Amino acid sequence: MSKLPETPSQTAGPYVHIGLIPRQAGFDIFENNLGAAMLTPETKGERIRIEGRIFDGADALVRDALVEIWQADAGGRFAHPADRQNGPPPDPHFRGWGRSGTDFATGVWGFDTIKPGRVGPMAPHASLWIVARGINTGLATRVYFADEDAANAEDPVLRMVEPARRFTLIAPRALRGGIPVYSFDIRLQGDGETVFLDV
Amino acid sequence: MDLDLEFAPRDAAAHPPALAPIYRSTLLRAPRQPLLSLRSTLTEITGPIFGESELDPIDADLTRNHARDGDPIGERITLHGRVLDGDARAVPGVLVEIWQANAGGRYRHTNDSFTAAIDPNFGGCGRVITDAEGRYRFRTIRPGPYPFPNRENDWRPAHIHYSVFGQGFSQRLITQSYFEGDPLIARDAILGTMPDVAARQRLVATLDMEASAPFEALAWRFDIVLRGRGASRFESVA
Repeated sequence: MSKLPETPSQTAGPYVHIGLIPRQAGFDIFENNLGAAMLTPETKGERIRIEGRIFDGADALVRDALVEIWQADAGGRFAHPADRQNGPPPDPHFRGWGRSGTDFATGVWGFDTIKPGRVGPMAPHASLWIVARGINTGLATRVYFADEDAANAEDPVLRMVEPARRFTLIAPRALRGGIPVYSFDIRLQGDGETVFLDV
Repeated sequence: MDLDLEFAPRDAAAHPPALAPIYRSTLLRAPRQPLLSLRSTLTEITGPIFGESELDPIDADLTRNHARDGDPIGERITLHGRVLDGDARAVPGVLVEIWQANAGGRYRHTNDSFTAAIDPNFGGCGRVITDAEGRYRFRTIRPGPYPFPNRENDWRPAHIHYSVFGQGFSQRLITQSYFEGDPLIARDAILGTMPDVAARQRLVATLDMEASAPFEALAWRFDIVLRGRGASRFESVA
């Protein structure tokens, strides 16, 4: 078992943008804004957008949160040495990670990305991690795709979720300007509370 | 590093509970349902990797990375330490990002309206990648305390926000470090979310005279421990 106790988590606070997405805090400091863009023209796969809002327990928009995404590439591979799956190597033009602040006015966060492939027995999915003022430890959840009914029915993680709450993890699809947009609203507390994962 | 070992379960007692009424903002933002426990899948034991070439060395020097026409106001400090995992192994090659208020306790942020002045020569953020021994080092300014709306007359002790990536996305951590000897530490509502006093103490950076630069800057040391790995080997992808 562990020899050293873990460093405790602390809230990211209301000014998380300064450290992780400084342009949203109101200034430009780094040449390379990590996580701002997930795609290059060479990235393989179907272009999609995943977006949503975050609501608190009083149904108010959370406008000061930061969301990170982590996902497989179009072939279901992760750009990481622990992925030892057989098949073609991971797409060298896709890290699979991005970060987005909720807009201070509209509360909308979003990622322009590609539709991930299936990972082994798991349906296509993307991990999200949410931090903000009032969130003491980052909240992890997963986005699944509503047009993947057959794969979702077999997914070992979704099957662990009580059926009445599975809808909180499944994003409906709509077309906007020819691009599929998957909508994923997150409810931190109360009716329709999103299923968060201890992963 | 054995990347195929599953991560050990997160030690819930080491972290603040989601709902902590002493910190008012948790009241409407803490989930009420228990988290769903999963065995790690490939999605969790993997995570983003960042290269040195994506950063500029000046990114780790907050006294220079936003300087316009001079030096920032305040006490220059070195802030350093190691990123380790629960098994006391170094975590090399991972991204560490920090952000903070300036010497007057003011953040360079469009939503901060505290009356202390913005420092034109201080941005308040930095980043670095840990070396082969898991070490990181920043040069910065000691931040000031500031008031925040919570209980009546609540002030945050001087602190630095940290964002740390591990080798898998489930090691991801955001935390804060404080400065040994600050009398506001015992009164802080954010630290007060943790009932365990020993856990609070792990967030207190210690004065490190050996690492200080004579006639230039004192040094503070803050080590970060991410979740360790369990005994079981990660199996396939289920």
